[in-house]
Amino acid sequence: MSGIFKGMKPSRRAFLRGAAAAGVGAASGGVAARAAQDPAFDGLQPWMQQLGDPVDAAPYGMPSEFEAHVQRKTVYWLTADPISSINFTPLHELDGIITPNGLCFERHHGGAAHVDPALHRLMINGLVDRELVFTMEDLKRFPRENHVYFLECAANSGMEWRGAQLNGCQFTHGMIHNVMYTGIPLKLLLQEAGVQTAGKWILAEGADASGMTRSIPIEKALDDCLVAFKMNGEALRVEQGYPLRLVVPGWEGNMWVKWLRRIEVGDAPWHHREETSKYTDLLADGNARRFTWEMDAKSVITNPSPQAPITHSKGPTVITGLAWSGRGTIPRVDVTIDGGKNWYKARMSGPSLTKSMHRFYFDFDWDGKPLLLQSRAHDSTGYVQPTKDQLRAVRGENSIYHNNGIQTWHVNEKGEAENVEIS
Amino acid sequence: MSRFPDPRMIRGSLGAFVVAALALPALAEDAGQFPEGGFGLGREATPDEIALWDIDIRPDGKGLPAGSGSVEAGEEIWTYECAHCHGDFAEGIDRWPVLAGGEGTLANDRPVKTIGSYWPYLSTVYDYVYRAMPFGYSQSLSADDIYAITAYLLYSNYIVEDDFVLSRENFTEVRLPNEDGFFMDDRAETELPVFIGEPCMTDCKDSVEITARAVILDVTPEDGGEGGGSID
Repeated sequence: MSGIFKGMKPSRRAFLRGAAAAGVGAASGGVAARAAQDPAFDGLQPWMQQLGDPVDAAPYGMPSEFEAHVQRKTVYWLTADPISSINFTPLHELDGIITPNGLCFERHHGGAAHVDPALHRLMINGLVDRELVFTMEDLKRFPRENHVYFLECAANSGMEWRGAQLNGCQFTHGMIHNVMYTGIPLKLLLQEAGVQTAGKWILAEGADASGMTRSIPIEKALDDCLVAFKMNGEALRVEQGYPLRLVVPGWEGNMWVKWLRRIEVGDAPWHHREETSKYTDLLADGNARRFTWEMDAKSVITNPSPQAPITHSKGPTVITGLAWSGRGTIPRVDVTIDGGKNWYKARMSGPSLTKSMHRFYFDFDWDGKPLLLQSRAHDSTGYVQPTKDQLRAVRGENSIYHNNGIQTWHVNEKGEAENVEIS
Repeated sequence: MSRFPDPRMIRGSLGAFVVAALALPALAEDAGQFPEGGFGLGREATPDEIALWDIDIRPDGKGLPAGSGSVEAGEEIWTYECAHCHGDFAEGIDRWPVLAGGEGTLANDRPVKTIGSYWPYLSTVYDYVYRAMPFGYSQSLSADDIYAITAYLLYSNYIVEDDFVLSRENFTEVRLPNEDGFFMDDRAETELPVFIGEPCMTDCKDSVEITARAVILDVTPEDGGEGGGSID
């Protein structure tokens, strides 16, 4: 049985025991012999003697060449072509809660549009007192706010409804990113236009070739939506809607219209393609839920996972993962290493912000035997992440969207992990 | 009095901000009050600008332009503009969307969701075809062309006869079979009360068996195979 570290603070006695063991090793030549074989000490490394890059070598810096494998990846069989398609965030390579801009998953329906900001406008029309047009310069004169929010595609984990299918949390859970946005409260722009009393819905529309549209109730539009132009401090990336995108905190990613060019105020929803043919949740009886906007609480262990096996032998081991909820914060995540016989409260680390990713850790003493790992998120409303079978009992297996069931990884004696389902 | 806050007041609140920062892990202040009379930013949109951009269509027919098109005309346009992805009879080629057929399959193991079997409103067809099709040449077809393509899609789904002509005038008379197949998100009533409460933490089950494994399917990108399901 693997030991669970209590409190994780090394005692003075344990510290002395460790020092004594090292002393014994040195006396028998063990530590010295290992050091002699360590290539890190095979003379001085070139970077210790030769000069590094000048400051003008990389005006826009990129990650180390040793991190070149850290990339978004697509699953080609999911869509008809790579233009109206999706790629996935490499969650297993990341830590903390912020997703670097270049690794934020992409989903577009007509390719990533390259929009000239000088020719970009935001129009507000429909049931307003003043139908308005804003330039990017106009928008940057409104008061703005900073918020960290996750954006999860409603189809994240959608390929897993019928059973374990993809081997890697990048593919099972990577349609998500978590970014600090700088943007104008949509409420201010709508107030500037003057929403009429009959205005109950807005239609957000993108400037790309798909002309992406979604209907959003006015209550949400006047609550916490942002019209954002920066992510993680810099301008939005092209593939994230440069120069302007809608931020709809806690709600499915498809509503966060990119390349935002128009907001129309109306008295009824529009029932466009992405809220009828797509992004409706077909249940087992053949009826479908519509307007399933909120993202349910969810979590996943990112390390170890199929793309990130345990590469060391038994002993101190770090399990880590992410949790989020479209309804608030994540005060607690439970972790099991025996397939749900026993659960332990994970250690939350980093900022706990509403509708943002949360990072959790579970530090334990691995005995080298196989593990069945799961995590279970609790959100600030008291909602507890269900199992996949609990979800299937309510929804069947055809709903594609909103699969927030508990994920299981089987880890074998070698530390290799596999996507499985368990009884 | 200025409609904007007095700068001295801002200084005063900054002092409080510094003190508060020592005690709080994160600070968020709203972007402030909306000024009396508005910010006065932006300019009025002209009727021509609105006409060029406001292309959306609703189920009640709001937004439909003048025009009409027949099934016969639609078949010709379809063959030229649409069939190479969606097939001659809207049956879909490769993984491009299937737009016809699938009646009565929604409760099946493998439902086929098409305009005829699944989509609730015809206006969605008109709106989407104009704004996003043909793929790679959006908003290039005339109103008559879109009415004709929409009429052909109705015919492909056995909803109208081959002599049918669709127009702005008769558009809302056409109803799709699955209009009543949708209901408002009810998770707040059906799921939230169930997925709540303190879960078992210790000795929760006697045994655990693996019931499904991803390696058997072998569809992860590096492994080469093709899996089931679609997100599009």
